[in-house]
Amino acid sequence: MCRGNRSQQPVISEENIKEKEESVLSNQSSEVSQARMEATYNSANGRGNKNVVKYNRWGYFFLIPFIVVYIIFQLIPLVSTVYNSFYENYMSGLKQIGPNFVGIENYKQLFVSGDIWIYFKNTMIMWILGFLPQIFFSLLLGSWFSDNRLKLRAAGFFKTVIYLPNLIMASAFSMLFFTLFADSGPVNSILMQMGILSEPFSFMSNATSVRSLVGFMNFIMWFGNTTILLMAGMLGIDPGLFEAAEIDGCTSTQKFFLITLPILKPILLFVLVTSLIGGLQMFDVPQILTNGTGDPMRSSMTLIMYLNKHLFSKNYGMAGALSVLLFIITGILSLIIFNFSGNKEAINRKAR
Amino acid sequence: MKKKIVSAFLCTTMVASMLAGCQGAAQQATDAASDTASQATEAVADTAQQAADAATQTADAATQTADAAADTAQQAADAASEALDLSADTGKVLNIYCWNEEFKSRLTDHYPGYEEVDATHGKIGDVDVVWNITPSDDNAYQNNLDEHLLAQADAAEDEKIDLFLVEADYALKYVDTDYTLPVADLGITDADTADQYQYTKDIVTDSNGVLKGVSWQGCPGIMFYNRDIAAEVLGSEEPDDVQEFVKDWATFNETATKIKEAGYNVTSTTNDTYRVYSNNVSSKWVDGNTVHIDENIKKWVDDSKVLVDAKETTTAELWSDDWKKGFYGDVFAYFGPAWLVNFCMADGEEGSVATNGRWGGVVGPQSFFWGGTWICGANGTDNPALVGDIMRQLTCNADIMKDIVEKDDDFANNKTAMAQMAESGYTSRILGGQNPLPMYMEGAEKIDLSNLSEYDQGCNEEFQNAMKNYFDGNAATYEDALELFKKAITEKYPELTVE
Amino acid sequence: MGNSKNQQLDEGMSLGARRVLANVVLIILSFLCLCWFYVLFVNATRSNGELTAGFSPIPSTHLFENWNNLIHGTQPVLFGMLNSIIVAGLSAFLCTYFSTMTAYAIHAYDFKLKKPMFTFILMVMMIPTQVTALGFVQLINKMKIDDTFIPLIVPSIAAPVTFFYMKQYMDSTLSLSLIEAARIDGAGEFRIFNTIAFPLMKPAIAVQAIFTFVASWNNYFVPALVLHSDKKKTLPILIAQLRSADFLKFDMGQVYCMIAFSILPVIVVYLILSKYIVGGVSLGGVKE
Repeated sequence: MCRGNRSQQPVISEENIKEKEESVLSNQSSEVSQARMEATYNSANGRGNKNVVKYNRWGYFFLIPFIVVYIIFQLIPLVSTVYNSFYENYMSGLKQIGPNFVGIENYKQLFVSGDIWIYFKNTMIMWILGFLPQIFFSLLLGSWFSDNRLKLRAAGFFKTVIYLPNLIMASAFSMLFFTLFADSGPVNSILMQMGILSEPFSFMSNATSVRSLVGFMNFIMWFGNTTILLMAGMLGIDPGLFEAAEIDGCTSTQKFFLITLPILKPILLFVLVTSLIGGLQMFDVPQILTNGTGDPMRSSMTLIMYLNKHLFSKNYGMAGALSVLLFIITGILSLIIFNFSGNKEAINRKAR
Repeated sequence: MKKKIVSAFLCTTMVASMLAGCQGAAQQATDAASDTASQATEAVADTAQQAADAATQTADAATQTADAAADTAQQAADAASEALDLSADTGKVLNIYCWNEEFKSRLTDHYPGYEEVDATHGKIGDVDVVWNITPSDDNAYQNNLDEHLLAQADAAEDEKIDLFLVEADYALKYVDTDYTLPVADLGITDADTADQYQYTKDIVTDSNGVLKGVSWQGCPGIMFYNRDIAAEVLGSEEPDDVQEFVKDWATFNETATKIKEAGYNVTSTTNDTYRVYSNNVSSKWVDGNTVHIDENIKKWVDDSKVLVDAKETTTAELWSDDWKKGFYGDVFAYFGPAWLVNFCMADGEEGSVATNGRWGGVVGPQSFFWGGTWICGANGTDNPALVGDIMRQLTCNADIMKDIVEKDDDFANNKTAMAQMAESGYTSRILGGQNPLPMYMEGAEKIDLSNLSEYDQGCNEEFQNAMKNYFDGNAATYEDALELFKKAITEKYPELTVE
Repeated sequence: MGNSKNQQLDEGMSLGARRVLANVVLIILSFLCLCWFYVLFVNATRSNGELTAGFSPIPSTHLFENWNNLIHGTQPVLFGMLNSIIVAGLSAFLCTYFSTMTAYAIHAYDFKLKKPMFTFILMVMMIPTQVTALGFVQLINKMKIDDTFIPLIVPSIAAPVTFFYMKQYMDSTLSLSLIEAARIDGAGEFRIFNTIAFPLMKPAIAVQAIFTFVASWNNYFVPALVLHSDKKKTLPILIAQLRSADFLKFDMGQVYCMIAFSILPVIVVYLILSKYIVGGVSLGGVKE
């Protein structure tokens, strides 16, 4: 779904493993970035005494490459995007229209048509359709992989395999799905041979089936990542807890719901945030599966696909306004979840 | 003999390049001299004079050599005059913008003097040919072309676009601007293009009636029908009889019902017939800034809806697996030009209708065309003579055009050449021994494309996409689909409104 | 809903039954993960004509024919492979090296702007990449670096996500006392980073290298906007170009063959580095 999703998840996994000697709860709580940030900062301050001070200017030197590249390749484009959102600026054929300052006219247009909320809803539905099975199977697999008593034979093989779908280009993946689920495709012919269908089901012209397919593809592509992350988190749990629970006569299911899940909560929240950011950026899969139309009746059109529509006429104004809005939506949703988890942390800490 | 011709070409090319080079040097020297005229020393003038003299001498010598070397004096004379023309060009690089390899192979195979250097470079004389190929997916080709055309004025000499290609659907977007040169400015006369089909000229004629591009191919389409189905349902597989069953849309739709009763689909998808309707509109998609839906387009919607509801056709995308299914039977008709049946309909595959030679061709309800590529000269080119010559050779030279037909199976944009081909007794194995050329020629003459607008590409595409929802049902009415079309159009072209 | 069902199923199950269930589910999921590769491979062995006839799970005999057509066709496939390797390889290297350096700056030093910088980079992480695409293209055109690899490679230096990962990893593995010890031995700051900090990050670097490599390898959007000349194009663009080929050369067999061909290197890179992703526990061993 997204780069963010991809790269952030394993961070936590390693954290967990490495800090497993520490108390389980504090270990888990340190996963959440805000708490983490604070802790790092404070501890750095604490450690930062005489020897380090004179070297500290090197901190700035080491930041230079990041800052310079960031400013040139991301900040300038970002600022110009925001700037553009207040202008009428597009191409009509080979003629440039504008830029004319129009104030918040572009934003108004977005809100008045109201379509943006429909596309937001579509994006969320397709994200949830992929995220639910993703988190369910990841938890299940994670608990199996980290269960020493289960002794799965080919665990190494399975762990390697579940990440593989991520290596296929999203476009190639969608192309395959389009072929497999065509009216005359193999899926329909199998269903008809089995007598489930009497005539081909048109997967691509039914809102539910298109959305489900998109969700399914996202699930297949990303559940490996989530599993690896959650698995590592589970491995970080003190085995003593499980042993104690077993002595108390807990079944494995009870252990899962009473020990594993509560401890994993911070990671789960983190998975939620990264996956959400990735979900909001959903593009390739529905774009290629529906040929860019978001059919039927744009019920599978995502926000970024909508953005892409405005790129056709190089409509910097509308695309800019949409981008800014997308940024705000992402920010708000992330903050809500971050804050939620942050509060939890604080409570946990006080309890200790 | 072939070798001889090749060596003659090589010779003439060498001569041409020598001439061009010397003339260029002389020209430069002369320019330099006049520039510094106020403080000109005799020495400079002398040098210029000498250079010019030398050039003339070399030219003379070269012409003599050419005469001696070439097999026929005629060829050499042609080459010499061509070389003189080219010497007016100042550019050393010919930049060609296109979206695939088709034109490159045409130029490589058929333009005298083109030498391939590598995949993206070639040489004509001493001019370097640079191919800028951007795929048309996601509008990437036009985006790239637009960007460079707009920067044309400030571009360095060697970076300027000299020649670019366009497709019919968006030709006017470029043709109706000053970025495209009238072909007359490139030395192409009305006499040169007299043998070309009128519709190929309509597409690239701007709103002032000026011709701004040329094409080497014609793509008139006909209706291909499955002979087995025709024999079974219509009682005859002969083209003349079948044409009676599809002579207009009303009859076509009645026939569709009969075909369905026998268990077949009349067409593979509603999009098959779209082109036929949209080529025969009586008004433009966009007039001023307002989008109109032409009656014939509306008729396509109504007819198609009936066909889909009766399950006589589907709503699959063109080129999709579902669309291709009919290549192996079960679909009565496809609409397309020659290249469709020859290259795309699974000829050579076991069990396909094409392999068995069981397609037939008829004119169908209305004339239409599908495909084609047009050559345009970019304003600001520094090689106008060369661009003009490429256009003339590839689209006006009857010999080369016949060559294209023979080697590449294209339908060439040349009435005389095609008439000769048609009379040569050509028959198509795929079409069960029928000779389709007279039908193509008849179709090409009838196509009327005076109602093009620069927004056709977007309108056609979005209209078909939107109407698919209506055909599919999905609780979408015609009004809903129309609403969707309006939305899509205003996204694509913010300057337009839909009535 | 799924959870409760699972609960019932799981309740009081013997270990043996759970093992069977786990294996069954894992085999089904593995099948769902691997069948796409099989389908791609099978399609790569079929001719264009066979592909138009519809899908079939049985491999055909045209693999070498497709491959030959591809190699001897007009697409510079091998150049594409080389370009992709250069772009993805350099991106992965620059990204991991400089992200580690940035993380190190925040981790090992104490300076006034430290906290604001960290917060700032975290915020940057939330900006969707597509949001800046328009401005990005305008910019590189103005800078006259379109049709070069620079806009594809250099921006990977500023990768907030990789930075964040590195920072988290350092917090748990890289002790400041180690750095101070090196300082006492008289090593320069830059040297300490290169010879002590960087090597210690190896497992994290491997993980991020895979992610960056794969993302860059499969990227179509930006390269399509930036690259114009054939010899500079990367594999995803060439695949798109093959798919939009003119009717004379349109050949789905070649398209699938090329997709299969372009997936191979990523699989190899993944399998080499995968022990770091999959290894899980072994990563804990790095801690001193």
